[in-house]
Amino acid sequence: MTNPHRHKLFGGEVDWFTIILWLLLCIIGWFNIHAAVFDPDNPELFNMNTNYGKQSIYIFSAMVLAVTILIVDAKFYSSVSPILYVITILLLIAVLVIGRNVGGNQAWIPIGSFRLQPSEFAKLATCLLLGRYLSTQSTKNPNLGTLLTGASIVLLPVMLVLLQPDTGSALAFFALVFVFYREGYISGPWMLFGALCIMLFVLTLAFNQWVIISVIAVVCALGIYYFRKRRKAITSLIIFFVISTAYVFCVDFVYENVLQSHQRNRIDVILGKIDDPRGQGYNLNQSMIAIGSGQFWGKGYLQGTQTKYNFVPEQSTDFIFCTIGEEWGFVGSMVVISLYLTLLLRIVNIAERQRTAFARIYAYGVASILFFHFAINIGMTIGIVPIIGIPLPFISYGGSSLWSFTILLFIMLKFDANKKGIV
Amino acid sequence: MNGLFERKYIIQGIFIAVAAIIAARLSYLQLIDKSYLLSANNNVLRKMVIYPARGVILDRNGQVLVQNEPVYDLLVTPREVKELDTALLCELVGIDKEGFERRMATARAYSPYKASQFEKQLPATAYAKLQEHLYKFRGFYIQNRTVRSYPDSIAAQFLGYIQEVNERDIERSNGFYRPGDYIGASGVESAYEELLRGQRGVKNVMVDAFNRPQGSFAEGRYDTLAVAGDGLISSLDKDLQILAEKLMRNKIGSVVAIEPATGEILTFVSSPSYDPNMMVGRERGNNYAKLLHDPYKPMFIRPMQAQYPPGSVFKVVSALTAQQAGMIDEHTIFNCPGGYRYGSGRVMRCMHVDGPTQLIRSIQHSCNTYYGYTYARMIDQRGMPSAQAYGLWRDAVMKFGIGQPLGIDLPGEKAGLLPSADFYTKRYGNAKWGSSYNISLSIGQGEMGITPLQMANVMAIVANRGFYYRPHLIKAIGDKKIVKPEFTEKISAGVDAKYYEPVIEGMSRVVNLPGGTGYSVRIADIEMCGKTGTAQNPHGQDHAVFFAFAPRENPKIAIAVVVENAGFGGTWAGPIASMLIEKYLKDTITLPQYIQDRIYKADLLPKPKTAKPQEVVKSPPAKPSQPSKSPEEEEEEVLFVHHSALARRYD
Repeated sequence: MTNPHRHKLFGGEVDWFTIILWLLLCIIGWFNIHAAVFDPDNPELFNMNTNYGKQSIYIFSAMVLAVTILIVDAKFYSSVSPILYVITILLLIAVLVIGRNVGGNQAWIPIGSFRLQPSEFAKLATCLLLGRYLSTQSTKNPNLGTLLTGASIVLLPVMLVLLQPDTGSALAFFALVFVFYREGYISGPWMLFGALCIMLFVLTLAFNQWVIISVIAVVCALGIYYFRKRRKAITSLIIFFVISTAYVFCVDFVYENVLQSHQRNRIDVILGKIDDPRGQGYNLNQSMIAIGSGQFWGKGYLQGTQTKYNFVPEQSTDFIFCTIGEEWGFVGSMVVISLYLTLLLRIVNIAERQRTAFARIYAYGVASILFFHFAINIGMTIGIVPIIGIPLPFISYGGSSLWSFTILLFIMLKFDANKKGIV
Repeated sequence: MNGLFERKYIIQGIFIAVAAIIAARLSYLQLIDKSYLLSANNNVLRKMVIYPARGVILDRNGQVLVQNEPVYDLLVTPREVKELDTALLCELVGIDKEGFERRMATARAYSPYKASQFEKQLPATAYAKLQEHLYKFRGFYIQNRTVRSYPDSIAAQFLGYIQEVNERDIERSNGFYRPGDYIGASGVESAYEELLRGQRGVKNVMVDAFNRPQGSFAEGRYDTLAVAGDGLISSLDKDLQILAEKLMRNKIGSVVAIEPATGEILTFVSSPSYDPNMMVGRERGNNYAKLLHDPYKPMFIRPMQAQYPPGSVFKVVSALTAQQAGMIDEHTIFNCPGGYRYGSGRVMRCMHVDGPTQLIRSIQHSCNTYYGYTYARMIDQRGMPSAQAYGLWRDAVMKFGIGQPLGIDLPGEKAGLLPSADFYTKRYGNAKWGSSYNISLSIGQGEMGITPLQMANVMAIVANRGFYYRPHLIKAIGDKKIVKPEFTEKISAGVDAKYYEPVIEGMSRVVNLPGGTGYSVRIADIEMCGKTGTAQNPHGQDHAVFFAFAPRENPKIAIAVVVENAGFGGTWAGPIASMLIEKYLKDTITLPQYIQDRIYKADLLPKPKTAKPQEVVKSPPAKPSQPSKSPEEEEEEVLFVHHSALARRYD
């Protein structure tokens, strides 16, 4: 562990590589927000009333925040985690009462001209408390009770966020399943099972349920023939068939009766079940037009007609990737994706080199949350996942989101810099 | 940390796999599928049409007949309308509150984001007032356009009008026209539409998601300029036209004057007329309906659509064709006992008893008997079946432009009526008919319909001694003064020049010898040759006809005047023709003032009920019958020229 690029600072060796990645993403974000709200009649660069003007303040204050986090003693984060969690839960309850309704979600608490989004900070508090709780349990033989308690820590804020109702933010918490997997509370087959469930869910909605059941039946029949000598395998295949058939019917029921109509619409648009370029599909269609029209090299900075002329909705927040795709093309998109992937892999590596379980679990939490936001946000702009309103970390416009992701990341960096110390 | 450490690779693998899926999807969107680029362009690019100015129409001396005048359309974008002083706007535009609400509702229904017409064609005065207050009306815009304007309010039927295109126009034009465009709908505006309309320009404008213009695309590299429509120079003489319309006021009828040497139409009056400015502007719809329901049918273009039996003026054609056929000559004499006897004791009466009459005198006195004999020779004595002879006669008459459209450059020209031999063979059941069966054709009555334009053209032929150019109203097109080739083609009437002299001498005597029917309208210093006529009208008073050309040598003008329900040609049509000719040739009028006053003050409009312009019904009666089989006709055995019952056959 003798890396020449790592310097003694903030009471330890800070991972400058990650900080550079973070900074690059923030800068890319600023330029694309500028492009997204660019007004050719009003081309001044630093107008504090515009989104990019405000974002400059957010980035600057995020830097201050980052330095502060690195200065504070690492033990502090571990010790305040229960209090932070409780405060966050209280804020999530408060937002339901005094929150401001923006775009159908009661997710914001207005503080002066600034709006605080408690659900962004709930991710941080949840990761911290989860890390603290799991690190106190024995990892030698993970038991179901620990899993359930850990899951409850995650599910409490999820329930409150769902009441807003902000489905996108709530779903982000489920990414923490990677943490449970890494810590051994969930086994590989169960992960596979979960993935299969999600896959079947999507397939059931996309195709006729009888088609899905027939395909499963054929697969099972082939399996039974292949394992005809092994009774145990045959039994599990039959059980699999029965369960999946039941599941397919359940999915249909949930889809028709539990999901709200706008959620159903979004899923339908993604699955191509409804073709409605002016209605629900409008956002997605315009988003794909923006990205697709960028071609290889892109249209150039401030030259994107889709974003400049407001065809893309929410273009500085949730749909910021459209601006990247349109103005910087395939090349720019690949650069951004590579930056994220590098950051994610780096965080996993950082997690694994931690000495304490708390720091490791927390770092995996950070990786999971960032991964979810990255995959879902970009995925929705290019039409491979339903439109879920969540920001692209560090790039999307907005103080709450930038600060919460920055805090999330830099607490991890503090732990990493301080790993010789005792947390 | 046991085997759980290995799970790091699985998690990293998942991260990589998801990034790879995103990259794959992106390469499809950005590198393979080109449709998104197209859609992005469709989103922002709008082709804005730049309307060219429509061509201006001048008269033969360069004076303006039609020009363009700016008007202002008021547009509204409903979404942008805020805090509106409705009362003030209504006052300025000249509408009421309901009108305002209705217009806003229409605009909103069209689109809340796009500008649409709120009120069209505000006059300049209303615009000036509105402009001052426009800043108070957010969401309202003014758009300039031009409309047609007619400074002298003349020649409505010749100039025609323009109107918004309908579905059919758009379909036929292969997409050239779009809704809201204007197209010439009648007259010259229609006939020369393709030249007058010019070429539209296209401006590529970028718009935002709400369709608001955001500036030009690629610095206007793909824009094209609008090209103004070609100007037209009309053959019309504006001053002559004004005078003619003034003379024809309160009368139904036509005036057509032609320059014989070119076929250019100098005057083209259809009366009653209307002010062409009525077909422009905000009141257009109301005015149009009013004109359509006017009992005197001002929209009917009489000079080329009304068809009259020409009456005596046809004798000129009879005399010429018979000479050419060798059936008579200058010295041929027929005795006129006051009428022509034919068939079983019937008589076609003359107005005088002329005794032995030769050709010049027959024209001078308009002797029916002479032409009864002439026609009988033409049909019965040519050594061939009369149907065949009739065919030859008809061909010769048609060479004078009768019974077929002359090809004037206006839409809607009527052919007139000149039945074929088959028509009579069918009517009488066999081919054994002869001249006595349709003797009235000899004097231009019966089954003959000629438009005033054709009459004037006959006069031009006589003036030219044997040929004509297609009468036309546009003498030059555009800056290069292009003349259409069909108007420079000399067309022969098939009668040699030498046969014209006796006829012209006869016509000269009509006007210039005391006692002639046109003597009262003679012009000092100018030898005018003319012929009066009376076109029978089965619906009421006969129509007065006068046609003439002048001067006798090297004629400058040939004219036909028809005044419906005016009775005798010399009384009403003659003075009008005379005054116009003198005005054109000498720029003064010397006709006695009392005659002039009589013409100006005359109100010859019939009671609305009988005001139908006479159109000769083309379809022959269903059952074949003898000329005078119907009970009404049998009462009158004798066929008079002026009060003939023959026309009842067409009823």
